[in-house]
Amino acid sequence: MRESLIQVAYLVASALFIIAIKLLNSPRTARLGNGLGALGMVLGAVATLFHQAIGRYEWIVLGVAAGGALGTWMALRVQMTAMPQMVALLNGFGGGASALVGLGEALQKLPHGDPPPAWLLTVGLSILIGTATLSGSLIAAGKLHEVLTGRPIVLPGHHYQTAFWLIVNVGLMLWAIIAPTPLPLWLLTASSLLLGVWMVLPVGGADMPVIVAFLNSLSGLAAAATGFVLQNYLLIIAGTLVGASGFILTTIMSKAMNRSLWSVLFEAVGGQVSAASAEGRTVRQTSAEDLALMLSYAQSVVIVPGYGMAVSQAQHAVKKLLDALQKKGVDVRFAIHPVAGRMPGHMNVLLAEADVPYDLMWEMERINPDFPQVDVALVIGANDVVNPAAKTDRSSPLYGMPILEVEKARTVVVLKRSMNPGFAGVENELFYKPNTYMLFGDAKKSLEAITQALTES
Amino acid sequence: MTEVLFALFIFMLAAFLGFELISKVPPTLHTPLMSGSNAISGITLIGSLIAAGSEENPLAIILATLAVALAMINVVGGFLVTDRMLKMFRRK
Repeated sequence: MRESLIQVAYLVASALFIIAIKLLNSPRTARLGNGLGALGMVLGAVATLFHQAIGRYEWIVLGVAAGGALGTWMALRVQMTAMPQMVALLNGFGGGASALVGLGEALQKLPHGDPPPAWLLTVGLSILIGTATLSGSLIAAGKLHEVLTGRPIVLPGHHYQTAFWLIVNVGLMLWAIIAPTPLPLWLLTASSLLLGVWMVLPVGGADMPVIVAFLNSLSGLAAAATGFVLQNYLLIIAGTLVGASGFILTTIMSKAMNRSLWSVLFEAVGGQVSAASAEGRTVRQTSAEDLALMLSYAQSVVIVPGYGMAVSQAQHAVKKLLDALQKKGVDVRFAIHPVAGRMPGHMNVLLAEADVPYDLMWEMERINPDFPQVDVALVIGANDVVNPAAKTDRSSPLYGMPILEVEKARTVVVLKRSMNPGFAGVENELFYKPNTYMLFGDAKKSLEAITQALTES
Repeated sequence: MTEVLFALFIFMLAAFLGFELISKVPPTLHTPLMSGSNAISGITLIGSLIAAGSEENPLAIILATLAVALAMINVVGGFLVTDRMLKMFRRK
């Protein structure tokens, strides 16, 4: 009876998770969706506490208190600019928890009887995926937080080593299935940790949106694999939903960069600067005052934010500029490239934080046809996502990547710290076009100067 | 074997459902979608709770308690931070 009631609670929790993800489809219902997801989680967890196998609660209380406090602290304290590393860390912890549950269940069951090979395979998968998610996410978070270098770290024979660890992992899984003892499972845990590190080390800063989405998918699959181990359908359903969601995001991000997941994982871009150098060419510079004048006479302005906006925490300065321009009757929109920033939707969150309404944020496909009618395209700390070489230069590493076609606007103004190339290390033709002006300096300071000049005029 | 097969049916249905549900999410919400769905994948918490409340051997207890803590960070941190983000999204 008690067991049935717990299963009914799990059934309801599954439904709540499905509804939660469905409601995340629209900004108006998303918050409710997130709340229903949390409700499903509370329901599932509380029902579990009545499980017959649970004989004591002191360790549960300890884990719940420690994890709950740390999670709350992280969530309330994190800055919106640091969201990519926060999500990476959460992915990793989820994966790590799944692996520990899978490993623990196996260690408990192995001494009692002969477990079937199919079950042992799910144990192996749970450990492999969960542990690799943990170590890979920690490396990704380290790179995003710039504790580690954002440049790809490629060691000699990297491909062979990745392949080597994959083969070792598969071998250990077979060993665990043929001879079910704790030893191969512990070894599998260790080698999966190394595989995760190895997988993420060579991924460069610009590819981070793909890898964060991929790790998100893996954290879901790890939970699903643990669901197979425990024969728990709630875990399988919730984990698989997340796995599918992360997989779709990974596909969207790879497409937006014209790269496959394979090439992100195995072919590092960056470090090498392309041969077409800037020698002998000059760019046209402008001042904050001139730019303010230009903007005040414009009818249509499109702002293109990039990672540089996040770095200089300029989102609030952008909002002030938006207000000043709207007061003058200028039509202002934001053009957001799918891989702008370091994770999917990163720019949108930063702008929302600064109180920019989301209906002003336009996606790439929707805004690209409008650029010829735009008076001023204002590029703030974006580089590779507006590089026309992606369309024209077959030799460019960016070739084939869809871009925001700002070069078609009547005037382009680029706010940039210096002439350093972007993360892909590729020279940008846009800066040398006759209709392009550069305004060098910290994005936040430049924006404040423009807004001041605007309000004074 | 039949249990694993039955679970595979559920896995397949959930995968198709996931693809259907997510392909409609607008790019504006991609970050909250990731953090929110990530919190849901912390459901592994329920497995860790049973383990932490039933294990006998000290090593297994340590592993299980660690799993509870990690899953709780994932769940609590994920839902809270998603709510913080979604609170900020507003129309004109």
